[in-house]
Amino acid sequence: MESVKPLLEVKNLHTHFFTKSGIVRAVDGVNFDVKPGETLGIVGESGSGKSITAMSILGLVPSPPGKIVDGEILFKGENLIGKTEKQMRQIRGKEISMVFQDPMTSLNPVFSVEKQMIETIVTHEKVTKKQARERATELLNLVGIPDPHKRLKNYPHEFSGGMRQRVMIAMALSCNPSLLIADEPTTALDVTIQAQILELFKKMQKELDMAIIMITHDLGVVSEVCDRVMVMYAGKPAEFTETKKLFDNGKHPYTLGLMNSIPKISPNKEKLKPITGLPPDLSALPTGCSFAPRCKHAMESCLSIDPSLQKVDDNHLVRCLLYEETKKAVTT
Amino acid sequence: MSALLELKNVKKHFPLKSEKILTREKPVLKAVDGISLAVHPGETLGLVGESGCGKSTAGRLALKLLEPTDGEIWFKGNNITSYSGEQLRKLRKEMQIIFQDPYASLNPRKTIEQTLMEPMKIFGTPKNIRKQKVDYLLDVVGLSSYHKRRYPHEFSGGQRQRIGIARALALEPELVICDEPVSALDVSIQAQVINLMEDLQAEFNLTYVFIAHDLSVVHHISDRVAVMYLGKIVELGEANELYSNPKHPYTQALLSAVPETNPHHEKERIILNGDLPSPANPPVGCKFHTRCPFAEEICRLQEPELKPVSENGQMAACHFAKEVIVEKQLS
Repeated sequence: MESVKPLLEVKNLHTHFFTKSGIVRAVDGVNFDVKPGETLGIVGESGSGKSITAMSILGLVPSPPGKIVDGEILFKGENLIGKTEKQMRQIRGKEISMVFQDPMTSLNPVFSVEKQMIETIVTHEKVTKKQARERATELLNLVGIPDPHKRLKNYPHEFSGGMRQRVMIAMALSCNPSLLIADEPTTALDVTIQAQILELFKKMQKELDMAIIMITHDLGVVSEVCDRVMVMYAGKPAEFTETKKLFDNGKHPYTLGLMNSIPKISPNKEKLKPITGLPPDLSALPTGCSFAPRCKHAMESCLSIDPSLQKVDDNHLVRCLLYEETKKAVTT
Repeated sequence: MSALLELKNVKKHFPLKSEKILTREKPVLKAVDGISLAVHPGETLGLVGESGCGKSTAGRLALKLLEPTDGEIWFKGNNITSYSGEQLRKLRKEMQIIFQDPYASLNPRKTIEQTLMEPMKIFGTPKNIRKQKVDYLLDVVGLSSYHKRRYPHEFSGGQRQRIGIARALALEPELVICDEPVSALDVSIQAQVINLMEDLQAEFNLTYVFIAHDLSVVHHISDRVAVMYLGKIVELGEANELYSNPKHPYTQALLSAVPETNPHHEKERIILNGDLPSPANPPVGCKFHTRCPFAEEICRLQEPELKPVSENGQMAACHFAKEVIVEKQLS
């Protein structure tokens, strides 16, 4: 595992928002790495900090009120924090690109797809407009849009939701990025279209050899496409491991709670076992473990000690006192 | 068993603006194009389909929130299709709806108490009883009586949906149409609300029509499921039967598209080509033939009827419903 040099390393990232009602700790100590060609999943519910983590990587956190207060983001060994807007613009869209949830609001409605795609390509590569147009046609063909010559002239509203997402993906791929960040790329789509788009991601990754960070709230999507996965809760990673391990041997009570909350399609219907309570207010986090107030296994010490991410197995990290205790018990 | 609610060949066509000026033909969008359904007392009927298939329109037609273009709606043995005004208002007491968006469906200027009392006020419940009932309703949906003085913006999405449910139950209805009640909620909250809805159904003997696009949620909560495609019911059956043995190629593709939460379980996926055709200009013949992997000549010419495909009452609208299955098992 150590042998492959990571493409991206996020170290101790803290992104806070300074608002009238206090400091919102949206991302509060996140560490992870992405290796070339792999798919890393980041799962969590709304407010878990998964999207802000992505926006921090791209330098897109609105500031003020947001600010990266601590940490490092190393992309190919270079720290992205502290880079100027001009420097970031050369990385964004070329080295790292992003696909957003809602393709309707992330495409410009007053320009044709052709114009928007050519703009991206010409900005980053030394090519003529004609070459850029050829490249755009090629890309639309690659993402499975029939009749790409004609479709290039269309405006975003002339595409369906699934087709628009394909256009977004084509645009994101236009400069052969080594890292693609996809923020809930299939959430707004119907299941049959979601299946098409997930297939497309897998195919593109194989053909172009790029790494993907897949941000989602859907554990089904994670199990379909991700190699490794980080579960986030209240701005912190709760569990980080290989996808198979997470589903077979998930450890954190929050992970297990999430899995029990999803209805399974099986003939014997069982009552769902939801997580009780509500996610915490990020501007007034409880002391101790932020999941403790909702946790079935919470102990006295969980309310005062904020656990650190512990290694419980090869490539398996869990932030929970339950496992720190057992580990201590085993070693002593 | 007589049905609580019955739709008989109900249609809803919305008029569209004509692009051609000099034509007599008025284009219409066939949101619901002839569906027949019976909902029995105490059961949950799931209505699934992708966006634009007409499932929400069907729910609204059942409550007469929309006027059907054609067909009949029966409620408790009465034909309510022509009801209006006072007659319809009386009926509202027995049929209620829970909406998808808990942010848009509560009046931001009213306290929770006012919101919950509104329906009771309309039906003349005395004030002291109304006040007691508000406390009771909040308790039933898992909130506390001190919440009643608050405004909607002070609640989270899940709590708002609980308030929406309390409002629907205020008049002790028999039928509740639930239009995507959990799809705006986070997974952990979604499970809480689903459990609440199941408990309430048992306690008050409610009948649900549960409209959703999430196939696993619909399977979990429903006794029977109807699958819709472009304004038509393509398959209808008992939930477990339909999910374990789908007969219509669309149902098969839809179920195979659900992401598997078990990474060891490689499932065979039927990836449908293309998008949903526009309901303003649906294909002739079987509406699914443009995306169907098994389509043949007859599918392009003749629209199949919804007919029984097994002894246990499962129905499908496909010319080849039985053959498709045989072929699948052989391969």
